[in-house]
Amino acid sequence: MASEDSTINSLVERASEGDRRSVARLLTLVERGGVSAEIIAEATHPLAGKSHVIGITGAPGAGKSTLTASLARDLAESDHTPAVLAVDPSSPLTGGAILGDRVRMEEATEAGAFIRSMATRGHAGGLALAVPGMVRVFDAFGFNPVIIETVGVGQVEVDVASAADTVVVVVTSGWGDAVQANKAGLLEIADLFVVNKADRPGANDARRDLELMIDLSQVTGQAVRRPEIVMTTATEGKGLNELKEAVSEHHQFLIQEDQMSLRRSKRWKAEVRSRLEYLLSEFSKESIDNLEENQESSPSSVANDLAKNLLKKDELG
Amino acid sequence: MTKNEPIRIVLAKLGLDGHDRGLKVVARMLRDAGMEVVYLGLRQTAEMIVTAVEQEDADVVGISMHNAGHLTLAPLIVNALRDAGLDVPVVVGGIVPESDLEAMAKAGVAGVLGPGASAEDVAACVREAVATRGK
Ligand SMILES: Nc1nc2c(ncn2[C@@H]2O[C@H](COP(=O)(O)OP(=O)(O)OP(=O)(O)O)[C@@H](O)[C@H]2O)c(=O)[nH]1
Ligand SMILES: [Mg+2]
Repeated sequence: MASEDSTINSLVERASEGDRRSVARLLTLVERGGVSAEIIAEATHPLAGKSHVIGITGAPGAGKSTLTASLARDLAESDHTPAVLAVDPSSPLTGGAILGDRVRMEEATEAGAFIRSMATRGHAGGLALAVPGMVRVFDAFGFNPVIIETVGVGQVEVDVASAADTVVVVVTSGWGDAVQANKAGLLEIADLFVVNKADRPGANDARRDLELMIDLSQVTGQAVRRPEIVMTTATEGKGLNELKEAVSEHHQFLIQEDQMSLRRSKRWKAEVRSRLEYLLSEFSKESIDNLEENQESSPSSVANDLAKNLLKKDELG
Repeated sequence: MTKNEPIRIVLAKLGLDGHDRGLKVVARMLRDAGMEVVYLGLRQTAEMIVTAVEQEDADVVGISMHNAGHLTLAPLIVNALRDAGLDVPVVVGGIVPESDLEAMAKAGVAGVLGPGASAEDVAACVREAVATRGK
């Protein structure tokens, strides 16, 4: 434990001096979770909070990586130090994963962006814990903005992306894509939309669908600001300037309208909740493993007793 | 490394040859063996591989090549990683004649896989390379 502490301290020190290998190592430790991740969270929390966190999500193959890469490259070439956290699903059968997002990010890498690939690793709760921690590492050591790319399919992936300051939802040309995005719960979280593959037929249909759905959602009065829609052809670089501007306008909006602190406090609470839910699920797993079978007591009375026990605890683990 | 952490491998192809079918097959084999494959794709340079290993904190590198460049290209990658201070084993896939195996081992290549290697062979070779890391 003491040696763990000192290893982490020296990693943090070197990371503060700009050593990227130490940053990479810290990311690995946060991803693994456990005690190290907690120590790192303690160390990085006071240093973080300066970076603009951008979430990019959408259907598989929508062009998220191509767009992310262009953004990151452009930022890196204009005196920023962007980081990308690219999340791909693990195979539920084998736990393995193919993390292929770097393929589109070569130029961004060469321009100086820090790209990190990450697998969901099966345990859904783990992602919700690991991603904010990894973003905090990037933030703490001067990477700004931090872009999270996730496939917008699972609830956790959607949650992870929606924990960003600016959430970009990517749909593609063609009828039905916006409808799918709506079903996946992506519409409510979008701060701005990209209709990518605008070189293909149906880009305007997709735009119209989106406008319609935004109109409907505005009626319910949830959105603070009507999300902008940007048309892009990522592979040809078309619409990227508009996208950059829209992202930066949203960032300005957050700052000027005092929305940033609201978002951050929402994010902070969401992270506390993930952590608490994790601790509770560990506790219940452990309690149930240790349970002496006694079918005479009713399940609910046993659960009540366990919960009472938990509430009396003053030490974790 | 903790036992239940998946192995992270950076997988790349060197050289100008434009096919990635073989590399994708290998990527799937490794994924099915429970590994996390950071797939770089074709036409990779030593520099790109070093950067990827660094940023991804990878445990091992797998490189594939089709033309007979293994005697120069493989040591190039091994040395580039060493020069960068990265202690990461390199596994090579390609057509390597028996007579070159010793030279490859001397150059610091941790394992060589021929075109006939089975999924089991590939996974075992990578696992072994990771197990000998730092030794
Ligand atoms: N025609 C066309 N193809 C595009 C466009 N943008 C991306 N693509 C292609 O779409 C494919 C997927 O692009 P990616 O950027 O990898 O998409 P992604 O959303 O990151 O994919 P996943 O991470 O696998 O979900 C690639 O073959 C791209 O070349 C576009 O604007 N027009
Ligand atoms: Mg992608």
